[in-house]
Amino acid sequence: MNLRPATLAQIDEVITHYPVKRSAVLPLLHLIQEEAGYISNEAIEWVAQKLELQPINVYEVVTFYPMFRQKPIGRRHIKVCRTLSCALTGSYQVCEQFQKEFGCAPGEISPDGEATVEFVECLASCGTGPVVMIDDDLHEKVDCARARELSDQIKAAARARPQP
Amino acid sequence: MPAPQQRRLIFAHIDEPGYTRDLACYRKHGGYEVMKRAFARPPAELIDEVKKSGLRGRGGAGFSCGLKWTLVDRKSGKPIYLIVNADESEPGTFKDRYILHQDPHQLLEGMMITCWANNVQQAYIYIRGEMPHGARILETAIAEARAANLCGPNILGTNYSCEIYVHRGAGAYICGEETGLIESLEGKRPYPRIKPPYFPAVLGLYQCPTIVNNVETLCHVKHIADMGGDAYAQIGTPNNTGTRLLCVSGHVRRPGYYEFEVGKITMGQLLNEVCGGPLPGRTFKAVIPGGSSAKVLRFGEKFKIKQKDGSVVELGVEDLPMDFDTLAAAGTMGGSGGVIVMDDSTDMVAALANINAFYAHESCGQCTPCREGSLWMKKISSRMVHGEARPEDGELIRTVADQIAGRTICAFGEACSWPTQSFVAKFGEEFKGYASAPKSTGSMPLV
Repeated sequence: MNLRPATLAQIDEVITHYPVKRSAVLPLLHLIQEEAGYISNEAIEWVAQKLELQPINVYEVVTFYPMFRQKPIGRRHIKVCRTLSCALTGSYQVCEQFQKEFGCAPGEISPDGEATVEFVECLASCGTGPVVMIDDDLHEKVDCARARELSDQIKAAARARPQP
Repeated sequence: MPAPQQRRLIFAHIDEPGYTRDLACYRKHGGYEVMKRAFARPPAELIDEVKKSGLRGRGGAGFSCGLKWTLVDRKSGKPIYLIVNADESEPGTFKDRYILHQDPHQLLEGMMITCWANNVQQAYIYIRGEMPHGARILETAIAEARAANLCGPNILGTNYSCEIYVHRGAGAYICGEETGLIESLEGKRPYPRIKPPYFPAVLGLYQCPTIVNNVETLCHVKHIADMGGDAYAQIGTPNNTGTRLLCVSGHVRRPGYYEFEVGKITMGQLLNEVCGGPLPGRTFKAVIPGGSSAKVLRFGEKFKIKQKDGSVVELGVEDLPMDFDTLAAAGTMGGSGGVIVMDDSTDMVAALANINAFYAHESCGQCTPCREGSLWMKKISSRMVHGEARPEDGELIRTVADQIAGRTICAFGEACSWPTQSFVAKFGEEFKGYASAPKSTGSMPLV
């Protein structure tokens, strides 16, 4: 497991927050996923060893919580809220719009690798629905026109990125 | 009657121009002065103030906060933990978000007073995984407070020490259930624990006595410590004291978050005046008053509500005061304060199918009635919407719901059954005639 020294330092620090090491499973998985993009089997074994657990103890956590994933996703992660208040204000159409923009089904990586569009449960901003999270940022009152704009911004940023 | 003015205690500075979330701004507005005064008082006195205040938990169950603290086992010799439930996940609820993002020190001050009152030396804030900025804001606020000696070791020379840590969840609704949250904080799947024996006040985090309080509840503690329990109890109505954050979403002109004295505003005043009424050309059809698990109310239905003096009055949905007891008497609940409004464009079968999909996704899977039942309610209600409705389907899902509630380890069983039970009971004709009825126009797809 190749983690950046800064991540390793954060990992060692966060373990000190708890009297029982096992409590650090979620924080460690978050830190690793933020760096690596997903949780590999190698990461599961590494976390288990670090916290003196069996790999199954970590694996069962990874498979339970919706935010942890065992496969890579696109460069940008678009999460559209599916739950009632957002649906009442049009989130099903917004989710479809994003899928059309990036040419992918929910949960899949777009053919250009740029985005993964996900339809998720309540994002706790029901008064400003439909809401969408793009990576860490919340976007409120996103209708189809705004979804096109946000998609265009993502595509423009992709074009501006230096090609390897 | 015109709607009363908002009474902003918790939201006093939310959205205030120039108000920033840093410690300097908080202190400029009198921040941490209440904590300083509280630290000069014996802890038992503060617990008494909270008891006198009549404060009821703002997370959903409305349980007495003072009683919760009284139940804590103080003789075990084990450390006592405080956990802040900032896992705001009940659909329709979005109040804590603004406290966490805009006024984090208010929460920290309420926490520190609570910790002092209960001799807690380690506290955790369990925040929703989907609020990464909120988690960073809290971490910054804790670092600021620690640097100013307002938390951490030997706080303000009192020899009292208390550390606060932020712990991020990872997208599971069940972590809002307090024993599920504790399991999650212990690094496991958040399977709720069976009670008895696992009452958090006795056997909570690491099998130690633990207090789990909602974000809003802890902010109220600060104001109770400030004005005193008796003065706080004068706000609101008897047995429903203080102010309450109400979040309105769905089909109204002005959805948003508002703070009123508990029981001083009716549903009608809230929706028609504060929120500007229905969308143009529409009328209200139904409202869920306390987060999506609360039973739905149908506009036009009447409730016989017993008054304090024993008399019975008949109230419509619009007349119901927004307090814990009246909403319970109307067969639903104030819950988390999330009010979801549906107008006459709404297909109630589709709305229920949307809610059922949520609960089927979020059932932790520990108890068979909930794991299987929530999935079948979802499958049947979605099938109805997708062109294969049968006249008996409404009754069928109601019998499924009836077999979940009361047969599970935690209250999720009720939370996932109440929508189905109430939608079918109140909109039964829509379920029966669904296959042949023309679909309402102008409605959004909900499943």
